[in-house]
Parts: sequence; structure tokens; C-alpha cells
Amino acid sequence: MSPLRVIRPEETAAVLERHRDLFDESLRSRALALVEPFCFVAFTIFAVWWLAIPFTQILQGLASLTKFAALMFPPSTGGHLDLLVKAMGETLAIAFLGTLTATLVAFPVSFLAAGNTTPNGLVRFAVRRCLDIVRSVDALIWALVFVGVVGLGPFAGILAIAVSDTGALGKLFSEAIESADARGRESVLASGGTGSLAVRFGLLPQVLPVIAGQVLYYIESNVRSATIIGIVGAGGIGLQLSEQIRTYDFDQVAFAVIIILITVAIIDLISGRLRFAIIGRRAVT
Amino acid sequence: MLSSIPVVSQARIEVLVADYQRVVVRRRRQSLLVLAILAVLILLAGRFGEVDVGNLVDNISNFTSYFSRIMPKLSVGHFGADVADWYWNLTGWLKLLLDTILIAYLATLIGATAAFAAAPFAAANLAPSAALRWSIKRIFEFCRTVPDLVFALMFVAAFGLGPFAGILAISIHSFGTLGKLFTEALENIDMKPVEGVRSTGSRFVETVRFGALPQVMSTFASYTLLRFEINVRSGSVVGMVGAGGIGQDLFVAIRKFYYTDVSAILLMIIVCVAVIDLVTERVRHHLSGQDVRP
Repeated sequence: MSPLRVIRPEETAAVLERHRDLFDESLRSRALALVEPFCFVAFTIFAVWWLAIPFTQILQGLASLTKFAALMFPPSTGGHLDLLVKAMGETLAIAFLGTLTATLVAFPVSFLAAGNTTPNGLVRFAVRRCLDIVRSVDALIWALVFVGVVGLGPFAGILAIAVSDTGALGKLFSEAIESADARGRESVLASGGTGSLAVRFGLLPQVLPVIAGQVLYYIESNVRSATIIGIVGAGGIGLQLSEQIRTYDFDQVAFAVIIILITVAIIDLISGRLRFAIIGRRAVT
Repeated sequence: MLSSIPVVSQARIEVLVADYQRVVVRRRRQSLLVLAILAVLILLAGRFGEVDVGNLVDNISNFTSYFSRIMPKLSVGHFGADVADWYWNLTGWLKLLLDTILIAYLATLIGATAAFAAAPFAAANLAPSAALRWSIKRIFEFCRTVPDLVFALMFVAAFGLGPFAGILAISIHSFGTLGKLFTEALENIDMKPVEGVRSTGSRFVETVRFGALPQVMSTFASYTLLRFEINVRSGSVVGMVGAGGIGQDLFVAIRKFYYTDVSAILLMIIVCVAVIDLVTERVRHHLSGQDVRP
């Protein structure tokens, strides 16, 4: 066992010389190290100034927030427990059916958008841009549009979630297809299978578990987003929630929030179990 | 050499085929069961969700005609004038769009900073106290489950109309999501550097700073950028409840049927989100794989 090497003072110069690259930083990186934080701080100050944050109102606002919080206890149903439970059921239905519809649409489309299965590059580009456009419009805006089409109610919410998630899921699915191992398809083609057989037996078995995991995750996250869609009249518990906030019935707000928290926790638990069963614990991020 | 190729006897083949059939039958039965459960769920959800396909089919023309109505009337003859007419309020909308981006920026900054400070206390492998860890995790859960618009509504009631309410609402939501993601990233690190730093007698802060953070900083940065992208989208809707940004004008345009305004604002949002997507994707690709992993 060799003893620890002690660097004597007269050797330091040699050691420094040997590891020159660790200590010598270029002028550029030194300048960047100064400029970057400066820009960051300057931009933040600009943002605060531009948005005219009313610092004088903060204390007053905090006071009224504490008042709201005090009003929340004890939470009360306000005598509408049945309405709230029904609204939560609507919310779950919106999330479930919306995600399912989005999946059914996004699944075939994603094959057109994936580099390894698309018929040609132009189609791929067009489909990708369409998905991007659909995705960059928030579900709430789609909900507003669909309330105009099918009227008030949860059906508009389902359609809104379905459309906005088609964009997101289409992108995710196509990425899953692109990252699949090509050898499965090659072996089917080598044994004389047609292109569609290769996709069915060489590609799908790899991709389906990933897709199923993503769909479950989206159902989970859509339960969260479906809770607000009611604010524009598209069904679900959001309608009650926004009305109660506007009328300052904070005890009922607290109750509705508790219902949402419990439901989301249950859904998380179930879908987490299912996801682990489908793709195993490690693959989930 | 031929003898080295194993020949499966007829009896063995039959056994194998029977096994195979049994497995196939079992899998088919499983898939049927899953499909049946799915069908029941769909029917139930359809009942609750008041699905009315007939209504959709009857009114789908509203949907398609909506898009033709929001299209601006552009003619080749006086194209410039038409575009100017379409974007009659360009400077006003650009200001609101900048508002939206800045709301998203400040909200991401606040949310990410708070999540960054809280995550080490919530990670199972670093947390100094189990009780603290449990409560921080519950706070994360609460912050990301309650929708940001609900927070926005309450903050508008407390702080008055304006972007401040939107910033607070989105930053609370970002805090919840980023907190969860940061915690998970910290829980997946290699523990050897952490043990190394601990063995020198360092306290919690030093352990996290020198043992854990070098492994996750680029992951954190990448998650934060992704969150910024999402927050720009949320920033475009918090205006609907009066919490600043371009959402207010969009909401008014949709509700009051100012058709060409709707398409003008939507196009601006879409282009803005696309540009931010592109830029942050570049940066994220640049960041990925820069973590210091032994």
C-alpha cells in the first residue's frame, strides 16, 4: 500500500503546469461568467418594472388572503354534496373520454409523424406542424370554442380535452415510434413479411407498452386539467369552484378542493399501479 | 455435422403447440376482459359526460364554419392594407404578449427557485427528517393538484386585477410540479459522491451542494425550461379570470364574436409558443448529458 503523496511547496508550480487546462479559463468564458448573471438580473428587473407589480398592495392582499383562509374552516358542503359529487363524476368522465378520444385519433396520426414509418418527409412535416399548432392552443381556449359548437356542458369539455391532447399525444407517440428498435421490423421483412406485417409484429409490441403508460399518465394529468374547464361552462367541478370563489363562499371552496385532492390521489394510485404493471417500475419517469 | 442440429420429436412438438395455444388463449381472454372493462367504463363515463354524438354531428358545421369565419379577408390586390386591418391592434397585442411571456418568466423563476430550495428536503436519500419530508411532499401535491386558475381567481380577489395574481398562481403551480420532478431527479442520483462528501464530516448543505447538485443541475435546468414553455401557455389563459396577459383580450374576442381578432391573437400565441419551443428545445439538447456522472 503506497503512502499518501504529499506535494511539497516547491513542487506546486510543476503540478499547476501539469493541470494547466483546469485552471486557465479563456477570456471569453470569464466574460460570460460575469455577463450571464448580469443579463439574468437585468431581465428580471425589467420584467418586474414592465408588469408594474404593485408592491404597495402586497401586504393588503396578504391580509385578505389570510381572511379567505380563515373563512375556509370548517369546510362545508353548503348543502350541495350531491351536486359536487356529480360534478366530480363529470370531471372524471371528461378526463377519461377526452384522453381516450385523443388516443384513438393520435395513434394512427403518429405513424405519419414518425420518421421511420411516414410515407414521405413532406407528410411528416405537415402532420408535425398541425400537431404543434393544435398543441400550442390551451385546452381552455378549445373549451370556449366547443361551448359555442355543442352548447354548455361536459360534452364540450370532452371535445376540448380530446383536441388539445391529440396534439400532445401525437407528438409523444411519434417519438416513441421513432425510438423503437429497427431490428424487429427488419427481421419480419427479412422473413418475407409485408410492410404492414412488419409494423404489426416488429414495431407495435415494442411501442404499445410505452403508449399505454403515456395514456395512463395523461388520464391522470387530465383529471387535474378537467377540474378547471368548468370555468368556461364546459362541465365538471370547475363551474362550482369558480362560482364559489366569486361569491366568497370559501368554506365550500375548501370542500371542493378536498374532494379534488382525494379523487386525484385515488386516480394517481390506480394509474400508478397499472403503469408499473404494464412497463415495470424503472421505465417510468 | 448434420447431427448437431437438434430435431424436435413429433411428441415434443405437440406438447409445445399445446402450450403455445394455451398461452394464446389466456392472453386473448385477458385482452377481452380488459376490453370489457374499458367498454363498461366508456358507457359509464358517457352517461356522466352527457355525450351526445348526434348533437356533435348536427352542430359540427358550427365548428367548421367557425374556422372559416375567423379567417381574415385577405386579397392579393391590397394585401398590406388587409393585414394592417386584420392586425389593427398590433402594438397593443404585442405588449400583452410580452406581458404573457414575462408573467411566465417570473412565475417560472419563482417556482423553480422555491422548488430548488425545497427538493433536497423531500428526496428520500438526502432528507434530514422524515416528518419534514412527508409534509413537503404533501405541499408539492397540493400545489400541483389545485388548478392554477383557481389560485388565480383567489389572488385576483385578494390582490386585485393584474399580472401579479397570474404570476403568483402560475408560480405556485410550477413549484408543485417542479418540486416533484426535482425530488425524483435527486432520488435517482448516484449515492457514492454523497457518501464521499458525508464521510468528510460535512453538514446537510455541503452534502447537497457538493455531492448531489453537480449530478442533477442540467436536469434541473432542462425541467425548468420545459416548465417555462408550459407556463407561456398557461400565461395565455390566466387573463381569462383577469390575471394579466393576452388571455383577457382573447377571451373577450371569443365571447363577443370578434372573429378576425380571435384568429389574429391565436396566430400570435401559436407563433410565440413555437418560437419558444424551438429555442428551449435547442438549449435542452445542449444541456442534456452535461451532468457530472462518475
